[in-house]
Amino acid sequence: MTDYILEARGITKSFPGVKALDGVNLRLRRGETHAVVGENGAGKSTLMMVLTGVYRPDEGQILMDGRPVAFHSHQAAVRQGVSIVYQELSLVPSLSIAENIFTNTQPVSSLGFVRRRELLDRARQSLALFDLESLDPATLVRSLSPANQQVVEILKAISTDPSVLIMDEPTSSLTDLEIARLFDNIRRLTARGIACLYISHHLSEIFEIADTVTVLRDGRFVCDAAVKDIDEDFLVSNMVGRTISDIYGPRRQASSFGPVRFEARALGRAGVFAAANLRVRSGEIVGLAGLVGAGRTELGRAIFGAEPADTGAMFLDDTPINPRSPRDAIGLGIGYLTEDRKTQGLFLDFPVRSNVAANRLKRLSRGPLVSEPLVEQAARLAVREYRIASGAQGKPVRTLSGGNQQKVLIAAWIGIEPRLLIVDEPTRGVDVGARSEIYSFLRSLAARGTAIIMISSDLSEILGMSDRIYVMKSGRIAGEIVGADASEESVIALATGAAGGVSK
Amino acid sequence: MNWLGRVTRQREFMIGAIVVVVCIAMSFASPYFLSSGNILALLLGLSVEAIIAVAMTNLMVSGGFDMSVGSIVAFTGAATATLIVARVPLLISVVAGLALGAAIGLFNGFIIGKIGINPFVTTLSSLSLFRGLTLFLTRGKNISGLPDAFKDIGQATLMGIQTPILIAAVLIIAGDFTLRRFRFFRQSYYIGGNERGARLSGIAVDRLKILAYTLTGLFAGLAGIVLTSRLGAASMTAGTGLELRVITAVIIGGASLQGGEGTVFGAFLGSLLMALITNALTLLGVDVYWQTFVIGATLLSAVLIDQLGKRRSQAAPAARISGDPPRAATGG
Repeated sequence: MTDYILEARGITKSFPGVKALDGVNLRLRRGETHAVVGENGAGKSTLMMVLTGVYRPDEGQILMDGRPVAFHSHQAAVRQGVSIVYQELSLVPSLSIAENIFTNTQPVSSLGFVRRRELLDRARQSLALFDLESLDPATLVRSLSPANQQVVEILKAISTDPSVLIMDEPTSSLTDLEIARLFDNIRRLTARGIACLYISHHLSEIFEIADTVTVLRDGRFVCDAAVKDIDEDFLVSNMVGRTISDIYGPRRQASSFGPVRFEARALGRAGVFAAANLRVRSGEIVGLAGLVGAGRTELGRAIFGAEPADTGAMFLDDTPINPRSPRDAIGLGIGYLTEDRKTQGLFLDFPVRSNVAANRLKRLSRGPLVSEPLVEQAARLAVREYRIASGAQGKPVRTLSGGNQQKVLIAAWIGIEPRLLIVDEPTRGVDVGARSEIYSFLRSLAARGTAIIMISSDLSEILGMSDRIYVMKSGRIAGEIVGADASEESVIALATGAAGGVSK
Repeated sequence: MNWLGRVTRQREFMIGAIVVVVCIAMSFASPYFLSSGNILALLLGLSVEAIIAVAMTNLMVSGGFDMSVGSIVAFTGAATATLIVARVPLLISVVAGLALGAAIGLFNGFIIGKIGINPFVTTLSSLSLFRGLTLFLTRGKNISGLPDAFKDIGQATLMGIQTPILIAAVLIIAGDFTLRRFRFFRQSYYIGGNERGARLSGIAVDRLKILAYTLTGLFAGLAGIVLTSRLGAASMTAGTGLELRVITAVIIGGASLQGGEGTVFGAFLGSLLMALITNALTLLGVDVYWQTFVIGATLLSAVLIDQLGKRRSQAAPAARISGDPPRAATGG
């Protein structure tokens, strides 16, 4: 018998063009809370997918209780005692608490009917585990608060009596009070001997709840340590690791920037972000940092008119503007590169040419007719200028690599010759080669006078690219830092509010 | 990709080739097949659905769908006939009929585009709503006694060809060009390809969707007037099941329910192929009850061949899904 209930050794998992995990180790003791940290793209989620049987590792071994196991499916992992609480809730809103908890394990009579009373009784016992006897198990999940929905999600995950429970960013939709209650619940579970694998961006949470921590970076195992032996600086330096090299290219002199290109004053959208003051000069790259859920994307989309702001004012080259739709914004010369290229950016079944033409059909027309020669010319230019894999021209962009797909989108947006370009997670899911190319495209676009707002969760990208950085926290701009003076610590401090009062 | 390769990969080419093969085979099998009488009867038979297919193609390219066109045909036909019988001037009656069709389309489009109800449910409701209103309007009887001037719309001939065929031909040619080349309608492909992406690319998605339904209603209204005129009477059962024939034709012609693909010419070929098969089976003396079965088989083969072709030319679906590693976080 070993100390470790779950052990992963040398896990390697590749996807076309990316090595998501490279020899990762993880050791999880019975009854402990073990945090896994790393930047976006470090491989945390892929590792969870491997541990829950969603992905099969290319190499490496998983041991449970010292015995090698192979999870051929997610169900197999659950049967062998590994459960997961998903970041995005997996509940059925139109069913009751009880039906959701026991989705796959409802007690049935010999005739196959659900034993309703027994189901409700068992659900009541489950709820009691977290002192929620007051909640009627027949209540429909849709009427519960996000926090209580998450409780149901956790109860569902432990209904199969797992020895390992994985939680992926469990606090992303919770308030401080609810987080405290969640931690309380986690402690009750670990007291019952369940080992908890906890994934989070929020370093402060890790020091509150975790016993041990494993750090991943770029798909590799960096170190593991007992939380009591380390501090936040240790974690950050291990997470970021590499010194910021010049894949980002040199910053330009502040004196070379033009006049203020875009300004937002007290911009707000009810319930999402508020009182955002922001200015970007022509030729300047301004980073918008903050935790996931801080309101960065929402602010970007409001400037683009996708989900318009409802308070405040915006100015483009000193002229008041009020884009109510992306169509308005594009007309004004504002572009927005979405963080989600597959569902909101690209037309996956269309070839490169149709994709680069999508946001500027008018420019590529003669009179009311789309001009094939102009479209063809734009596509050829994009493929050459942005080094898009040329064999791919006629094929649907679905078949391109993540890096090439992103370059198609960049080409499309630079193609409108934007006055202001907002790029949201411009290098997410993109290999390192394409990353440095994308950075150089953004640098030269800025050098031609475009103002750029770069939203990113990748700290090193924010630090390496930004002339100035705004850090958002809880829907507000918490601070502004000059790019050259910024450090991981200063951004993280503003983003997590370590300096001031905390509210989610 | 060379020019020939690109052409042969088009759905129109495949369907067109099948149409030609069926024609050649039939010309040997039945001496009557290639007679102008048979060909004209065949074209006349499909003209009403071909008119609607023009607008339905644009709608389905944009990811939409309309089950109510058969009922719109009946209702606009009955309404126009009622007005004419009530001695409303002919031109006004016809314009009113067209406007009524467009208004029903607008109604569908508004509910789907603005309120966001599913197109299937919305137009399925309209199918019943307007079939019901037709029954009310006709009181279960045909409306006949229409003047010759009105009957000319559907019965006159030009160089021996009946007007419905000519109307359909003009609309197909104009519609095909419009959908292929006009910037405005090219946006339909983007909406069908990725609605959220289209919106973020600056396309006025809601407006275009509503317009696509309105056009479909308008074309169904026109088809209703043409049909009423051709038959010389408005029938409460006119256009029953027509929506399925139109949608089948559009899909055989290369469109999909997801949107983003399809052409008007392809839809016409799909309609022609269905009519040809029906015609061939009749001429060959095959039991009439087999016709519907064969049309089902044609539709299924067309989409199966298309899917298999796509799979071969693209990466395997499994590889697509795992093409990107999952992300630690969404939103921001």
